[in-house]
Amino acid sequence: MITITNAVIDPDGLRKSLFDPGAGAYCGFEGWIRNENEGRAVRRLEYEAYEPLAITEGEKIIAEAGERFPHLHAHCVHRTGMLEIGECAVWVGVSAAHRDEAFQACRYIIDQLKVRLPIWKKEHYVDGDSGWVNCERCAKHES
Amino acid sequence: MKTVTVRYFAMFREHAGIDEETLTLDAATAADVFDATRGRHGSGEPTGHCKVAINDVMADWDSPIADGDTVLLFPPVAGG
Repeated sequence: MITITNAVIDPDGLRKSLFDPGAGAYCGFEGWIRNENEGRAVRRLEYEAYEPLAITEGEKIIAEAGERFPHLHAHCVHRTGMLEIGECAVWVGVSAAHRDEAFQACRYIIDQLKVRLPIWKKEHYVDGDSGWVNCERCAKHES
Repeated sequence: MKTVTVRYFAMFREHAGIDEETLTLDAATAADVFDATRGRHGSGEPTGHCKVAINDVMADWDSPIADGDTVLLFPPVAGG
């Protein structure tokens, strides 16, 4: 299950949704807002998602993780909107019978969602400038 | 000629100054739509770095375009 939300992520509450009598392992990942990127001081990050396709593609990724690394439950939540330094931008949680599957499924889900979900982030810098992450090369090549 | 609705996202939307528009153009593939709207999205980036969806389904740049399609142009993604 994947959720796209503009509400604050509560990892402790979400973690409980993965409890299962057959689970011997839980692996969670939280992506936080950092105060610098590529040498520039960052004040905040703004996330935009195209929710219909982010959910479709996210569900595909979770299904793939289930085929590769059989587990019991997986859930992912991604934020949208303006986020401050230290806030949780993305959370992935997996419960499984054993730790190997939990670690691997969690890693697969976060790695794939970063490159496949239609989600974009705009960095707002301390100096007042801003820029879309991974997109500035496009801008530099404007015709 | 085909009439298609083109939707712009993130940096593309900011550059175009609009969310979407309906265009009549001579386009066989999604890549043709990307090329025809360079003046809007402003990207000289090879289409390989960007993504495209047609009617809310992820597509390839050589996917065919039909009259009435909605083409969603996604700049390079950066989730997480």
